[in-house]
Amino acid sequence: MLSRTASNLFWMGRHLERAETAARLLEVGQRITLLPNTAVGYQNEWNSLLQASGNSGLFQQKYSEITQENIEEFTFFDRDNPSSVYSCIEKARESGRIVRTALTSQVWDALNVAYQELRKIDKTPRAKLDTATLTDFTTSHTSTVRGAINATQLRNDGWHFMHTGFGLERADATARLLDVKYFVLLPRIEFVGSGLDTYQWMVILRALSAHRAFHWAYGGDITAARVADFLILNGESPRSLITSLYETVWHLDGLVRRYGENAPATARNQARATLDALQARDIDTIFDEGLHEFLSWFIGEISAVSNLVHQDYLLGGS
Amino acid sequence: MFEAEAVREPYARLNEWVRTMPEELRQMKQAEAEALFRRIGITFAVYGEGGDPDRLIPFDMMPRVFEQSEWRKLERGIKQRARALNAFLRDVYGRGEIIRAGRIPARLVYRNEAYEKAVVGIVPPRGVYSHIIGIDLVRTGKDEFFVLEDNCRTPSGVSYMLENREIMMRMFPQLFRNNRIEPVEQYPELLRRTLESVAPTKCDSRPTCVILTPGHYNSAYYEHSFLANLMGVELVEGQDLFVDGEFVYMRTTQGPKRVDVIYRRIDDPFLDPLCFRPDSMLGIPGLMDVYRSGGVSICSAPGAGVADDKAVYTFVPEMIRFYLGEEPMLNNVQTWTLWKDEDYKYVMANLPDLVVKEVHGSGGYGMLVGPKASKEEIETFRKKIEANPSNYIAQPTLSLSTCPTFVEEGVAPRHVDLRPYCLCGDRIELVPGGLTRVALREGSLVVNSSQGGGVKDTWVLSE
Repeated sequence: MLSRTASNLFWMGRHLERAETAARLLEVGQRITLLPNTAVGYQNEWNSLLQASGNSGLFQQKYSEITQENIEEFTFFDRDNPSSVYSCIEKARESGRIVRTALTSQVWDALNVAYQELRKIDKTPRAKLDTATLTDFTTSHTSTVRGAINATQLRNDGWHFMHTGFGLERADATARLLDVKYFVLLPRIEFVGSGLDTYQWMVILRALSAHRAFHWAYGGDITAARVADFLILNGESPRSLITSLYETVWHLDGLVRRYGENAPATARNQARATLDALQARDIDTIFDEGLHEFLSWFIGEISAVSNLVHQDYLLGGS
Repeated sequence: MFEAEAVREPYARLNEWVRTMPEELRQMKQAEAEALFRRIGITFAVYGEGGDPDRLIPFDMMPRVFEQSEWRKLERGIKQRARALNAFLRDVYGRGEIIRAGRIPARLVYRNEAYEKAVVGIVPPRGVYSHIIGIDLVRTGKDEFFVLEDNCRTPSGVSYMLENREIMMRMFPQLFRNNRIEPVEQYPELLRRTLESVAPTKCDSRPTCVILTPGHYNSAYYEHSFLANLMGVELVEGQDLFVDGEFVYMRTTQGPKRVDVIYRRIDDPFLDPLCFRPDSMLGIPGLMDVYRSGGVSICSAPGAGVADDKAVYTFVPEMIRFYLGEEPMLNNVQTWTLWKDEDYKYVMANLPDLVVKEVHGSGGYGMLVGPKASKEEIETFRKKIEANPSNYIAQPTLSLSTCPTFVEEGVAPRHVDLRPYCLCGDRIELVPGGLTRVALREGSLVVNSSQGGGVKDTWVLSE
């Protein structure tokens, strides 16, 4: 397969997943602001989210103040924001268009429809839109594309590249969402274990569409350790770090099997090493290490795997 | 179709079909055809003109029909022309005998924009320079065809030939059962074989062929990807290829893979920034060195455009006589070349009756259709000609044949032309058919898709 084709499939996967993350961030923020909490009001929380997504500087350049409308505009519609839902879906569709011949018509249809609908929404007066509409729009369209991929694409190298993109992006996104919670939302230690703390964990679960799943898996109270365990180490949880990474390794393995001994496999080896390191931990060791420190390590590992995928396959050996 | 009020024989059955088709069915089928085209994604991108960037070319459901005997004649004429054009290219990048013999003016060739000094002395495999030749023809009488233009570089439109057929077969299987229509589906296979047959001498195993596209913003991108798919070859952009030592490679997920034959759909100046335009990002640095040393074949060869120039065109019959020692089977349209004094005088005196074209123009741009133009348009064009006479040629408006076409009021005659695609490799071949373009506006002579023309299926009936 041409490296450029593989690269476009990989980034199509990443951008679709990234669009979903942007929508989920919007939902987290929106739910947190519904809480009648502190004196500072919602500004603080929104700001936290912007910092976590790494886009706070860009936001400040373009918008004078933090309001719900501005955040929505920035996170969902703003094409200057490379991580906005609009930018990501547009880029995913562009990648798909370039590798049109590597996609089934059903996948292309789903991508194209998502983009056309997005353009329609963009023309709607903002007052007629609410956050829930925007997040629902995003998750339902990305699910449709994903479903079309799984139902119709050949299980060849292209499919593995798309899924490697999905997996790495999802691992990264869940880690960042967790980091929002632990590092940014709760700057003061006395909040830990408070009602506010529990509410915020619940919001994270909801944003990951994992609220019910958590209860089925653990029952009982929502505690930091249980939620963290669910989102980091639980192999049944679909968006947990371990599941995302496990699936990434599975797809990288698929490429290695397919390409044989002569093609490089450094990305697969690195991903496996990270998976081993993750499996060697339990939630207590992670908390002892410090959740933020652990997440920083993990995000660094994921970025290393991503770079190795580029080196192994996407540059074409020149 | 109508000859002295009588229906020409091959159309008789079709005429019956049209007469008995209820109007609602026709409209339903038309809508169905459009939906199919859109779903498959056959669109024609016209940038810089506003409007829908992914526009459909209007499809006319009434096919154009040739009898076997008519077609065979045409086919022989086209092959003859293709042989002469390639002989001409071999000659002008070699000894230039036709020029020494005084049969064609030297400056027409050597000062031609499309003449590439960089390839002088290179003889590509099997001596073929132009591998896919699209020859535009019009019919003016029962057995009378004229060549309007030769396209020796990268003629487009063949995907429409294939898709038009596909859609007709899907919508009207009955018609295909009742008429014995020769297939055209083997075209991609023939094209692949043609490309493989001109692999460079250094290629020692089964040749790897690719299609080189300028990318998905190009108006013919659909066609590029369509052909790559049907041939089972990679569709590459310049950035996917690189030169290392004696060969060209493509970047793949399993490392570099050698490429032997490049069917390029980008123009000469963009092929290699080291040789042609240094600012081009579309090409491959060093490609021409590999080409020169026989490490890769480029189809069509750089410099092939010198044979399809509108000024050189007037000399093609001369080429046929000179290289093949035969009489041309297909005629040129009478053409006045404006750098000649007597032609210039005649054309300027008769502008309202003539079609004037820019020598390097294409796509129906930069032309004057005298009989359809207003006085002001003619005077404006006259000034352009005065400023640079040698940039223009003129032709009479032929009494072009028309073909029955579905229009709003029913079936009416519309002007058509035909572009068959001739493949030149170890053999010279063409599939029985081509792209019929139709001027949908009443009385219009311009069939180019960029000028609102449509397309229809082209049938060759078997015996």
